[in-house]
Amino acid sequence: MTPTRKRRLVMVTALVAGVGLATTLALRAFQENMLYFYSPTEFVELGVPEERTIRVGGLVADGSVRRMPGSMTIEFQVTDHAYAVPVSYTGVLPDLFREGQGVVARGRISDNGVFVAENLMAKHDENYMPPEVAQALHAGKMRAIERAQQGFPNEPEGNSGTTVADDSAAADGSAARGY
Amino acid sequence: MVPELGQVALVLALILALVQSVAPLWGSYTGNRVLMSLAKPAVTGQLVFAAIAFGALTYAFVTHDFSVAFVAGHSNSELPVFYRYGAVWGGHEGSLLLWILVLAIWSVLVAVFSRQMPERFVARVLGVLGVVAVGFLSFTLFTSNPFDRLIPAPVDGQDLNPILQDPALMFHPPLLYIGYVGFAVAFAFAIAALLEGRIDAAWARWTRPWTTAAWLFLTLGISLGSWWAYYELGWGGWWFWDPVENASFLPWLVGTALIHSLAVTEKRGLFKSWTLLLAISAFSLSLLGTFLVRSGILVSVHAFAADPSRGLYILAFMGIVVTAALALYAWRAPSMASDAGFKPLSRETFLLANNILLVIATLLILLGTLYPLFMDALNLGKISVGPPYFDLAFMIPMFPLMILIGIGLHTMWRSTPATSVWRKLRIPALAALVIGIPMPLFFYGTAGVLTVLGSILAFWVMITAVIDLLPRIGPARLTRSHVGMCLAHFGLGVLILGVTFVSSYDLEVDRAGIPGQPVDLAGYEFTLLGTRGVQGPNFDAIEAEIEVRRDGEFVTTLLPQKRVYRVQRDPITQTAIGGGWRRELLVSMGEPLGDGAWSLRIQYKPLVRYIWLGTIFMAIGGLFAISDRRYRLARRRETEPAARGTATAAAGGQG
Repeated sequence: MTPTRKRRLVMVTALVAGVGLATTLALRAFQENMLYFYSPTEFVELGVPEERTIRVGGLVADGSVRRMPGSMTIEFQVTDHAYAVPVSYTGVLPDLFREGQGVVARGRISDNGVFVAENLMAKHDENYMPPEVAQALHAGKMRAIERAQQGFPNEPEGNSGTTVADDSAAADGSAARGY
Repeated sequence: MVPELGQVALVLALILALVQSVAPLWGSYTGNRVLMSLAKPAVTGQLVFAAIAFGALTYAFVTHDFSVAFVAGHSNSELPVFYRYGAVWGGHEGSLLLWILVLAIWSVLVAVFSRQMPERFVARVLGVLGVVAVGFLSFTLFTSNPFDRLIPAPVDGQDLNPILQDPALMFHPPLLYIGYVGFAVAFAFAIAALLEGRIDAAWARWTRPWTTAAWLFLTLGISLGSWWAYYELGWGGWWFWDPVENASFLPWLVGTALIHSLAVTEKRGLFKSWTLLLAISAFSLSLLGTFLVRSGILVSVHAFAADPSRGLYILAFMGIVVTAALALYAWRAPSMASDAGFKPLSRETFLLANNILLVIATLLILLGTLYPLFMDALNLGKISVGPPYFDLAFMIPMFPLMILIGIGLHTMWRSTPATSVWRKLRIPALAALVIGIPMPLFFYGTAGVLTVLGSILAFWVMITAVIDLLPRIGPARLTRSHVGMCLAHFGLGVLILGVTFVSSYDLEVDRAGIPGQPVDLAGYEFTLLGTRGVQGPNFDAIEAEIEVRRDGEFVTTLLPQKRVYRVQRDPITQTAIGGGWRRELLVSMGEPLGDGAWSLRIQYKPLVRYIWLGTIFMAIGGLFAISDRRYRLARRRETEPAARGTATAAAGGQG
């Protein structure tokens, strides 16, 4: 083999190895950082993986937000009107975090079944609801109706039928207005 | 009355755009000079009418004409006049109008500065730009008319989204759009070259300044957007890998590759078809960005439109443009092979590596951005891809790129003796190690491998970029393009410095701020002194007074606010920033905790300013490159041969 060829072979081998390594690293990072979205119904009925960060979205249930005085930790429930998931979060809340508003929490489930959020997202734009949340609410409403027909009570107890109708109207309205 | 005028102007602009897209392209094939000569007046007329339409909408905003639906949705009688101008592009319809205006301005500039180019080529370039204009004008008129009336007119408007009520609104969208749309020019040049079936050094020389100009505006637009997000969204991040940020970053990456590949095509006649593919890709990614932002399929502060017909329209338009361009490319590009060779150690090799690495970065980011959308479209579950993926995927091609930049800058075309590169670069390499390794350790105590590597590479890129500007080391006569190249790469080094240090050493705490009790962060003590009510022109706010001390010495007072705008009623956090070149300190208010206490988010961001400073250097570099005398001289020189060429062609035609 001539020196030039040898050098070329080394270069090509190094290049292929480098690209291979880079691809492997990138794809592994991709696998590890895929965050799945769960609606409260999916969260409860399908169960969630314990070792993975996921996102859970729905409405902050009315009357569910609790804070110890002076503490940075709050607890609340995320609901899609069929089920509610308890969430705890420590830190500064996003501007639009409010009862009855859409929220997406990113975090993991803890041993006692509470979802510990490391990040909360509430939309800045009042006309707008994250598409995942709007769909989760729609699916949740359908599920709630199904369950009611089967004779199950709906969670959370506090939510009357009118609230369901109001909230879903708001969600549909936001999509239809299209500003 | 005025809105109707705007509406009519928009329709006339569409008609002229139709003329501009059909007549010159038709004429360029039949050799009909009358048809080709229609391009320039059509372009000019289109700009006039686009400007009238834009002016009409601005007038509606300034005079509070709430009978116009778009104005009613994005303004209010209390909105300060300054923001009424910016509100024109504060929503979907108006921002499309801005797109159209910017495209018309670029098109007219191409028409004006194209005297030295062959008539047929100019006709084709303007024709392609006309096709793009038709697409966007009809999109606006048929799906997103900004002049739609609201009957009966509301008494008052719903106000501009408070988060947009910031001086950056005046500059970020226009700069970004000038950049985005500017790639339409490079695209049109590429398509015209494919239609001609020929590409040469002159083509590359015409295309280069336009591409660099678009790139420099896009650079500034993205940078300003990053700064805006940093201080306005309040959470102190300067880049979130949000799909919409990626949408602007992807054309930037490909545009950067294109600038470098054009250099090879101009100087050496190589990479011809690759250059064309990059030009097509840069604009296609701009269109993809528009689709992502305008279709409402994304969760983002930028997503305003939720009407599916709009997304479908842009998707269809993008599909047609990209498919047609790629089909033309597949048909014509194989005939553009070049046969010049180059040695492994030559500037060509390094520019090739630059292109490969930038394209790898583009593909990895594209994967993370689009994969969730495909999953969702196929009903395979809703996922999103977290920032750590993007951080890593971006770093993989960037580390080798940073190393190669320093060497590539000092290689010559065709072939370079290794000894000359070594002799020139051994001192810079040593300097980068000597400054880069101790700096993080000295200032911040500890440092990880990536931090040290980033620090070394930042100094390596900065030093290798500027040595050519020093007397005796650099070339005897420095051209403006050379200075521009040095400045832009220096800016990149500055940017890496900022990114490395802020990502390695930034600190953040969420803490209860109790009046009189200091909170410690990074050696600074933040003490909440108290809060008070403040009134703005269209908002009420609670302002906290926070005193910052370091080792007992007074540093600054920060005044973050929690604002409630009177119309939309949603609270907005206004972060207070204690600026500085060594670090910035950010405080944002959360919510009241009782007894005068507030939850506070306090952040320490070392060297964060260098990120934006770096991009300013890059843009100035671009400006130098565009103003190179070569482009103007070449113009004068080429006028005559080109004229002679046309005459010969005409004579040949007669024969």
